[in-house]
Amino acid sequence: MCLGVPGEIREIDGQEAVADFWGVERRVRLDVVGDAVEVGDYVLNHAGFAIRKIPDHEVEETMAIYESLFADDPDEALEEIGSQGSETAELELGGDE
Amino acid sequence: MSEDLKFRDPDAAEELAADLEELMDRIDDPVEIMHVCGSHEQVIAKFGLRSMLPEGLSITMGPGCPVCVTDMPEVDEAVALAEDGKVVATYGDMFRVPGTRKSLADAKAAGASVEVVYSASEAVDLAAERDEEVVFFATGFETTAAPTAAILQTGPPENFSVLSAHKYVPPAMEVVAEMPDTDVDGFLAAGHAATITGYGLFEEFVDGYDLPVVVGGFEPIDVLYGLRKLLEFLAEGEDGLANAYPRCVTREGNEAAMDAIREVFDLTAGEWRGIADIPDANFVLSDAYAEYDARERFDIEPVEGDVDPLTEQCLCGDIMAGTTSPEECDLFGDECTPSNPVGACMVSDEGTCKIHLEYGGRPDL
Repeated sequence: MCLGVPGEIREIDGQEAVADFWGVERRVRLDVVGDAVEVGDYVLNHAGFAIRKIPDHEVEETMAIYESLFADDPDEALEEIGSQGSETAELELGGDE
Repeated sequence: MSEDLKFRDPDAAEELAADLEELMDRIDDPVEIMHVCGSHEQVIAKFGLRSMLPEGLSITMGPGCPVCVTDMPEVDEAVALAEDGKVVATYGDMFRVPGTRKSLADAKAAGASVEVVYSASEAVDLAAERDEEVVFFATGFETTAAPTAAILQTGPPENFSVLSAHKYVPPAMEVVAEMPDTDVDGFLAAGHAATITGYGLFEEFVDGYDLPVVVGGFEPIDVLYGLRKLLEFLAEGEDGLANAYPRCVTREGNEAAMDAIREVFDLTAGEWRGIADIPDANFVLSDAYAEYDARERFDIEPVEGDVDPLTEQCLCGDIMAGTTSPEECDLFGDECTPSNPVGACMVSDEGTCKIHLEYGGRPDL
């Protein structure tokens, strides 16, 4: 419940957005993100709500960290982004360095 | 600083471990660090970080699992509403947490409507789709309280209400710091809660308790780096506050999220399961949002009767206060397992007992 996961914003409709998490798209609410968010920005998603816009200069490093965190357990990543099971979704994690 | 910290870089980890050892030599006394986040415990246990720590340095998990500290009567309220014909929506972690007589999973098995949702907005969607009353049993710390506040601000459907069991961490840290059986030398504070609150709010705690607080992130190197920062304070004989998770946490935090929380919730005293009655640590809906408060809208019958005798043997409270480890509980791994949990610490992915069972427990240092 407490591990926020970064995703890239693909579409925005008011406070509702679609974000891409390693190839899996999920809806994300923008109500409490606290910054102006545009398509292409990365946000930290927590239980369906963006809680922070990740500054541009920190995106690459943050993504690398999470890819490594989930590399040996893609199901854990799916669970964190609220996707049900791994049958339908293939996660494109970068894997270990 | 964080540019140098690459995840799982063994050289960086070893360097940090060597620093910890050197600092412990300088301190020359046992040091106990408490963290208050299930995600920290997962990283620590999963990557065997305790086995890297120098002698005398221990890390204990405190009250950092929101599901675990949700009080049994709060679960009972949700069960009672479900049994009374309301649709109860809640996070998956809450589903199997035992109440006095039943969990929500038990209620569902007996025919009640209980829906697991991934987010607060899914609970609102459910209310829009259904004719019945939908009650969102809302649990978690600041990170999930902010979304609950946000959906109430957007004017949800009339058949939607919230049964709030949201909890606010900082006052619980004070209570644990004051417990006679705890001997905590410093806190590794939870990074994502601090993303919302900002780390500045720990200043008062640091001053009041003369204990260092370092906000830490969730990769192994983050944790080791946070520990080094804490030991640096202790070696200098200082209290102090540091942010070891700057890529997510700022001093001010997420002001939009905090504004939402402040508008929708009031803080009140309440029981944290097994730990204590803690002042100002429970979020309840403010008067302005009383119309969405399930406790105002419905008469909820309190559950009478005795708890399961096994529950009385459960040491979850002591484990969450950091005074006992899961392995010291007679039920751990025998009568109490993730598929048949007695206490909440064995239910949630963030519960100390479940994490210790899953990753083989605490390494013998």
